[in-house]
Amino acid sequence: MIATLLQIAGLFSLLSLLAFGGGAAVLPDMQHAAVEVHHWVTGREFLDMFALSRAIPPGSLIVVLIGQKAAGVAGGLVALLAMFGPSSILAFAMARLWHRASRAAWRETLEQALAPVSVGLTIASGIALARSTEHDWPAYAVTAGTTLLLAFTRLHPLAVMAAGAALVVLTGG
Amino acid sequence: MANRSTTRPASLAALFMSFLAIGSTSFGGGLTGWIRRELVEKRGWLDDQQFLSCYALSQMVPGATNVNLAVLIGTQLRGVVGALAALAGLMLVPLAILLTIGSFYFAAHDAPGGRLLNAALAGAGAAAIGFNIATGIRLARRNVRRLGPALIAVAIIVGIGILRIPLLEVLLVMLPASLALTLLNKAR
Repeated sequence: MIATLLQIAGLFSLLSLLAFGGGAAVLPDMQHAAVEVHHWVTGREFLDMFALSRAIPPGSLIVVLIGQKAAGVAGGLVALLAMFGPSSILAFAMARLWHRASRAAWRETLEQALAPVSVGLTIASGIALARSTEHDWPAYAVTAGTTLLLAFTRLHPLAVMAAGAALVVLTGG
Repeated sequence: MANRSTTRPASLAALFMSFLAIGSTSFGGGLTGWIRRELVEKRGWLDDQQFLSCYALSQMVPGATNVNLAVLIGTQLRGVVGALAALAGLMLVPLAILLTIGSFYFAAHDAPGGRLLNAALAGAGAAAIGFNIATGIRLARRNVRRLGPALIAVAIIVGIGILRIPLLEVLLVMLPASLALTLLNKAR
């Protein structure tokens, strides 16, 4: 039990520091380690866990389900701390550095330079996500329709997303 | 900064409540959109440019970018306690729900009800992707008004979204390019 918890802590804290560009970057490694190396979950279970955890914010809690399957609730909590602890500490250090420079001229310049980069990344990551999941034509229609409605009208996001879910259910999902 | 003076201070309790609301509403995805809607539009704690800086920084640190974004914004608003309040608020409801319905889901995914749930999740997920793209479009209309920055944004969209070039490689080229463009603009 303790050995499993240590394995969970070791694996996920390593993945935490390797996940450049977000959790999706290390999913293949996570799958390999959890399914083939440690045999904590089967391939099918991994995919189900992925589908479920993607819908639950922040979209990367699959590590909790894997940890829970491997070593109970303690395993889930250890996986949570290991996956989000190291990266959060780095994010905190980055925020402090940024805050210390709040009056520096270079931060103002960097903020202006970062704005178009971030705008590009927000849109690009949406497109990349749509292409990497099993998007068939109803799903693409929902994504495109939601994009237009939420970019150009004042409709509430929840209403639009509920409509999207209903549409995919009705077209046979 | 035209509108920086208009941002309001955030109390710790309000920060926690905001992220609790974000974590409770962003089921199906769209977290970036929800965070901007709550903190920039409703609360006025950050302006768009500050939000965009935090977003860019969250991508440069490894780890789940949404979680990094919560830590970065929490730290910026209220220091280390703010970061913890943001994290706790964000995770509380999703974690409770995940641990409770996880077992139900794995027992039910082959039943007809499970199939419907899968379809609903897929539909909400597809819409959530649209929410994030729509947030990007809104941000673009307000913050990317010159040709140079617009070309930077388009190059990133094509590079990552269409050509699937790895994020790190795109950033290594586009960040210096955008910085050079900004400095050039200032020099004129």
